Amino acid sequence: MIEVDVRLKAGTFSLDVAFANSAGVTALFGQSGSGKSLTLSIIAGLIKPDEGWVRLDGETLVDVDRRVFVPVSRRRIGLVFQDSNLFPHLSVKQNLLYGRWFAPRGERRIDFDAVVETLGIGKLISRPPTRLSGGERQRVAIGRALLSCPKLLLLDEPLAALDMQRKLEILPLIERVRDEFDVPIVYVSHAVEEALRLASRVVIIEAGRVKFIGDPADAFNRFAYAPGANRFERSSVLTSTVGDAADGHGLTALKHPAGTIWIAGAAGRPGSAARVIVKATDVVLSLLPPHEISARSVLSGRVADIQFEGPIATIVIELNGDGQLLATVTGGALEALALKLGSKVYALFKTAALDEQSVGMASAQGE
Amino acid sequence: MLSLRIATVATLFSLPFGVVTAYALARCQFPGKTLVNGFVHLPLVLPPVVTGFVLLMLLGRKGVFGPSLADIGVVFSFRWTGAAVACAVMGFPLMVRAMRLSFEAIDRRLELASGTLGANRIWTFFLINLPLAAPGIIVGSILAFAKALGEFGATITFVSNIPGETQTISAAIYSYTQVPGGDASALRLTIVAVIIALLALVASEIIQWRAEKRLGNTE
Repeated sequence: MIEVDVRLKAGTFSLDVAFANSAGVTALFGQSGSGKSLTLSIIAGLIKPDEGWVRLDGETLVDVDRRVFVPVSRRRIGLVFQDSNLFPHLSVKQNLLYGRWFAPRGERRIDFDAVVETLGIGKLISRPPTRLSGGERQRVAIGRALLSCPKLLLLDEPLAALDMQRKLEILPLIERVRDEFDVPIVYVSHAVEEALRLASRVVIIEAGRVKFIGDPADAFNRFAYAPGANRFERSSVLTSTVGDAADGHGLTALKHPAGTIWIAGAAGRPGSAARVIVKATDVVLSLLPPHEISARSVLSGRVADIQFEGPIATIVIELNGDGQLLATVTGGALEALALKLGSKVYALFKTAALDEQSVGMASAQGE
Repeated sequence: MLSLRIATVATLFSLPFGVVTAYALARCQFPGKTLVNGFVHLPLVLPPVVTGFVLLMLLGRKGVFGPSLADIGVVFSFRWTGAAVACAVMGFPLMVRAMRLSFEAIDRRLELASGTLGANRIWTFFLINLPLAAPGIIVGSILAFAKALGEFGATITFVSNIPGETQTISAAIYSYTQVPGGDASALRLTIVAVIIALLALVASEIIQWRAEKRLGNTE
């Protein structure tokens, strides 16, 4: 377990964060410039804090008061950067084995073949890194960090430099790494979907301060609802259970106490938990249970809050059973439906609007 | 051929110092860095004769360190070893410049990555910095070698122009031009000098080209 409590001043920016991670993935989430990467650098040992301490599995890595500072190379913390930083003069295999060679002999618990297999990089092994694509390079970088058998793996926006297709390729691999190798991960990201999909715990950092620590869905709903956020980024997270096999059209039903959410494609084992992100702009409201309409996912609930922003209003719907859903509607629609606090509504959204990225499996522990 | 020996010895001996100095100038922060940098480049801007004279004052038989060095059996003045020292000093700035550039060109994040994988600074230096800077190191050595071959002013001031002992190719050419009928011999040596210089340049081009191809330009 990594425990951090540090302060640092850099120009006009001041960082003051304290948190501890849990098993599985902890997401450090925040806008760029919020100090999340700086926090990561402090944990890795690339930057010294002005005050405070960092402990890993009970061992003190940094303690400013006691003048303790363990150098980077002795921390046993793996770090994967945004750009993979593979060593260009070594082959993929030599890159992968680089950190392993420095790991103490008795602690080389992570198996080379298992990592190669999990990340699907068997075919790349004898190539020079310059002949890999961006996605391949990032996979090798993850493998390299993993094979140094670290006590903690830090991923600093590992997908930020990749296009959507590559992201969707690598996200499941990180999920597998999380589930197959017993290494706690701290994942820095400003992409909600990634944090939500991978993390069992979220730490939100804003302007150098910890704003929230806790469950990803809670964190997300709170953050997305923040006034001033762009209405196109406003969305909500629903935690649901994967239903029985598909309906014959390649669709999967996700059970939520307030209704059924249909998604395209598979979503993991029946009975396991799945998180779905629904954009507020994709939600349509109806006063009556809808029928003869193409939108398939319908959830029922009551209006809990209405926030106006010019002609657009954001409505918070308290769903039956559990969770809340945001919907943006125009002021005119609000009047026509005569919506007010406590009104019973049905929220509809299109299955087609839920892309692969918006559905994630909660970590193994959550099942 | 004496020139070749002198140049080779001069290059090989200054190589480790050149690498360390270049790395220190490229990567380390230490007090007096500007001073060291200036000092290293001094032979490049000073008249070679001045450098030779300074060497004479420091290492000559009656110089500051000369007598104590002579006591332990090391004599530079008017010996080929002295010529090598003069060549090394003159070639050093060129060597360090080329190496420093190639050390500076290495992405710092590769060093950070190496650190997070458990390699301390010394390991990182040997496994990352040195191989990646290798082309620059070789090019720097070739430059220093070529400079050593052509070195004239500092050598002649420090160790004079003794045939068979300290007479380098440049000094020999100079000598031939001073005697009647020596032009033909001077021309022969000139051609040799041109060929050696060309070979050195071609070698450095090839090394750079191969390095670029190997490391790719995509990174």
